[in-house]
Amino acid sequence: MSLDRATVARVADLARIAVPEEQLEPLVGELAKILAWVEQLAEVDTGGVEPLRSVHPIRRAWRADEVADGNCREAILANAPERENGFFVVPRVVE
Amino acid sequence: MSGLERLGLVEAKRLLARREISAVELTRACLEAMERHRRLNAFVTETPERALAMAEAADGRLARGEAGLLEGLPIAVKDLFCTEGVRTTAASKILANFVPPYESTVTAKLWAAGAVLLGKTNLDEFAMGSSNTTSAFGPVINPWTPPGQEPPLVPGGSSGGSAAAVAGRLCPAATGTDTGGSIRQPASFCGIVGIKPTYGRCSRFGIVAFASSLDQAGAFARSVADAALLLQAMAGFDPKDSTSADLPVPDWVGGLTGRVKGLRIGIPKEYRLDGMPAEIEALWARGAEWLRAAGAELVEVSLPHTRCALPTYYIVAPAEASSNLARYDGMRYGLRVPGRDLVETYKKTRGEGFGAEVRRRILIGTYVLSAGYYDAYYLKAQKVRRKIVQDFEAAFARCDALLTPTAPSAAFAIGEKSDDPVAMYLNDVFTVTVNLAGLPGISVPAGLSASGLPLGLQVIGRPWDEATILDVARALEEAAEFRALPPLLAEG
Repeated sequence: MSLDRATVARVADLARIAVPEEQLEPLVGELAKILAWVEQLAEVDTGGVEPLRSVHPIRRAWRADEVADGNCREAILANAPERENGFFVVPRVVE
Repeated sequence: MSGLERLGLVEAKRLLARREISAVELTRACLEAMERHRRLNAFVTETPERALAMAEAADGRLARGEAGLLEGLPIAVKDLFCTEGVRTTAASKILANFVPPYESTVTAKLWAAGAVLLGKTNLDEFAMGSSNTTSAFGPVINPWTPPGQEPPLVPGGSSGGSAAAVAGRLCPAATGTDTGGSIRQPASFCGIVGIKPTYGRCSRFGIVAFASSLDQAGAFARSVADAALLLQAMAGFDPKDSTSADLPVPDWVGGLTGRVKGLRIGIPKEYRLDGMPAEIEALWARGAEWLRAAGAELVEVSLPHTRCALPTYYIVAPAEASSNLARYDGMRYGLRVPGRDLVETYKKTRGEGFGAEVRRRILIGTYVLSAGYYDAYYLKAQKVRRKIVQDFEAAFARCDALLTPTAPSAAFAIGEKSDDPVAMYLNDVFTVTVNLAGLPGISVPAGLSASGLPLGLQVIGRPWDEATILDVARALEEAAEFRALPPLLAEG
């Protein structure tokens, strides 16, 4: 699969990462090289093989539905880029 | 008393218990060494005031006979573990001012055991790298760099600051994390011991996530016994991490014998790479011979999918990273770079906050997970990953542990391999399989290269069998008698 400028721009858009115009072209080359390299996996016969999602069986971690913490508004807001009256301030979402 | 910073954990613990030294003296010696060697750039944040307060409290507990497992022992912590009230950056601009309001489980266990926090060590940004050159806080210098050499040598990565700090005798031990070799490869490059336990042995709660199915915390120290002691305090079940194992932690410290008599040591033939430097091959053969002489039986085994491991990793890890790093949106914490609207704010924040390698990996991950490509890349990689696990299962039916080189070369210079991501990724060719299969692995310094740089050997074990790899590593350590000191310390 070859990678073009438009695909990289679309992926960057999906990943919500601004890529300056002049960095797009070198990035296409780098990503294409990495993808060409990982594509050697296509040669491996994986017929009938179950995909592996976790190396150890994951048990269901049930616990009682009890409040374990809370009343820590200051701790939650402490790293906020912008805050007001005990709330996070974020850009307008609904136009 | 000077020179205390050169003590290992076990020795310092003995002297502290006998009250021959105090935790404050020991901590002060380390803080002074850190200051003396700031040029290494091993630390992102030093915490001298907190360290001295913790040491003083430890001295009090020692005096009252209430000593914990690591009472009064100063430790450096990779800046990927959240530490309450102490800036935790993941060596990224996007978290440059992040001060966690909570503590990671692993570090909480260290402080509960009486350890002293010296500071937070440098790393590749979000632990993505093999040379510590992707850090937003600048590269780390390997203490083994020959005097006057420019550019200096890398310490390996991603836990480069931890490895350099331990090798340079800035501290006796440090924590690290290992997703594809990030503890073992820097341990090899810096001439120290580095252990990554079985996936699930240490809690990942509070460790900044890179690739959740691969990430695991571990320990750096200058001896196998010291590494076992630190790991002992770090390991254990944590209900806050659903992938942490509800299994008892064996007594690795008390159980360490170094006896390998009767053990079957597997030598995987696929690890003999074309173009591998002759000195690495020779070191590997010497290591096998040491174990044979100590009574182990050598068995040739096959891991046929070894060559698929790195390509598999470079699909699985970026995919998980792209998902994990989606949380850095500049809304609730971290950097925010305002744009015209919400989407532009996200894009500018992430475009400016992430460095080149992190951006590259997020884009690869986003691509392989995107509609139309998911089956060809991600699902395919998960299937090959199972074949890699099956390779190890077959090998462990015939042996008790595997012996391999840790890395395909000694440390290289800063800037080398930086323009070719794939060449950089090849550093992890011998270590990455272990993460994909969730196994425990340890690197032990075993000799010097022709140019006088340390080279490590890796021992790989069955799941949950850290005890065996610690014994094999101890046997290698005894035979290797690695006593060389980095030039940094000769400089005075």
